[in-house]
Amino acid sequence: MTERYDVLVVGAGPAGLAAVRAAAGQGARVGLIDAQARAGGQVWRHDVRHGVPSLARRHLAAALESPRVDWLAATRVVAVEAGGLLVEDAQHARRLEYDALILATGARELLLPFPGWTLPGVTGAGGLQALSKQGWPLADRRVVVAGSGPLLLAVAATARRHGAQVLGIHEQAGRDAMLRFAGGLWRWPSRLVQAASLRTHLAGVPYRWGSVVVAAHGDDRLREIDIDGPRGRQRIECDHLAVGYGLVPEVRLARMLGCDLTPEGAHRRVTVGTRQGTSVANVYAAGEVCGIGGRDSAIVEGAIAGHAATGSTTGLAALERRRRGARRFAAHLSRHFALVARVRELAAPDTLVCRCEDVPLSALDDFDDGRAAKLATRCGMGACQGRICGAALAEMGRCSPHGERPPLFPVRLESLA
Amino acid sequence: MSTCVRIIVNGRAFEVPEGISVAAAIAHAGQPFRRALGGQRRFPLCGMGVCFECRARIDGAAHQQTCMVPVRAGMKVDTDD
Repeated sequence: MTERYDVLVVGAGPAGLAAVRAAAGQGARVGLIDAQARAGGQVWRHDVRHGVPSLARRHLAAALESPRVDWLAATRVVAVEAGGLLVEDAQHARRLEYDALILATGARELLLPFPGWTLPGVTGAGGLQALSKQGWPLADRRVVVAGSGPLLLAVAATARRHGAQVLGIHEQAGRDAMLRFAGGLWRWPSRLVQAASLRTHLAGVPYRWGSVVVAAHGDDRLREIDIDGPRGRQRIECDHLAVGYGLVPEVRLARMLGCDLTPEGAHRRVTVGTRQGTSVANVYAAGEVCGIGGRDSAIVEGAIAGHAATGSTTGLAALERRRRGARRFAAHLSRHFALVARVRELAAPDTLVCRCEDVPLSALDDFDDGRAAKLATRCGMGACQGRICGAALAEMGRCSPHGERPPLFPVRLESLA
Repeated sequence: MSTCVRIIVNGRAFEVPEGISVAAAIAHAGQPFRRALGGQRRFPLCGMGVCFECRARIDGAAHQQTCMVPVRAGMKVDTDD
């Protein structure tokens, strides 16, 4: 089965939705695919109890209600083929062809190993937020939120809204970095308001900086965690630990398409020009995949890409100005929430780094080549195909399994036939 | 989220809220998630279809990411697979 679109958009978060709206507004026939069952991406993920914010509702309606838009939910890209993508949903595989392709594949969470991180009850920070919005039972559960970035505040607020007792938020960045971050916020008044409103929602929840979860303890589930901070080491009893160290761009599909990438810290983002064009003709990228920038830059870049993909230059100068402003805020964030060295050194020799194949950190000691390590230890060879351990090992400065090969996700055999 | 649906998890029937994910339904049912290669119990990690830690057999189909699938009445889920 083959379908052809003027513009095909991969990823239905803020960037993808804005791209769809812009392209459909120019009269293009647009296909939108996302692995999730509902559009919105992570930041606008539908909450089974509380729905989505009104801004998200407006963007969702504007993108999905156009008769020129085909919304293909719960659909994953399996492989790149000449002139098209092979995709799969729960029932069918099909080939999607396009004149222009827009990558809005977003980001995934950076999860760093520490002793006890595989215990039931330990999740990513964004991970717990996603689970609670899916209806995960959190009423009266004791939750500790840790890691880095402003996402931690949003995670704590969501958990609380779902009835959790949030014991504390532990930010790895130190006091001085946080004061400098807050001191620079006056340049973004709307962010100040947002921060103040989150703080109000989180009244009574302690926020500690320079504070890192160094171990989790338990038996068949999490019972306690150790936190190391300015007040020394502390043991806390809890039911859930939600810990994430920021986001990394989801560049796998871009790499398979041959798009140039730019290193950013230990990770990579898709290289784009002023109109969100990648190094591959007719392939555009927008949002987190071009570097972690948050919702606002994703919306603007999606709109730019949607216009560019249809050859329109409407309002481009204004959009470019907004893009630069949004990216400046992102740079402010990443500068002040930079990871401190010790979060890369939490894993003990026997801590599992590859959770799929149960590979401990010490098994990688003799390797300086990711491929050799993968072949010898199976690190990165399991179901997640190195998505978790690959980013972690790269951040830790260890050799990391990489080199994507199709299929991008485990696939039904008949889809490849 | 007032209405409930009836599902079977690991051979036992449970009433869980309509509209939630299968992962959340397993948690409502108080059932454990899969075992790792070394026998240790695991638990959803990423909540968004990346890590595969929450995978289970759903209606006979192996290795389904339960955080990606909305629960449906009559669904049969096996986490030890």
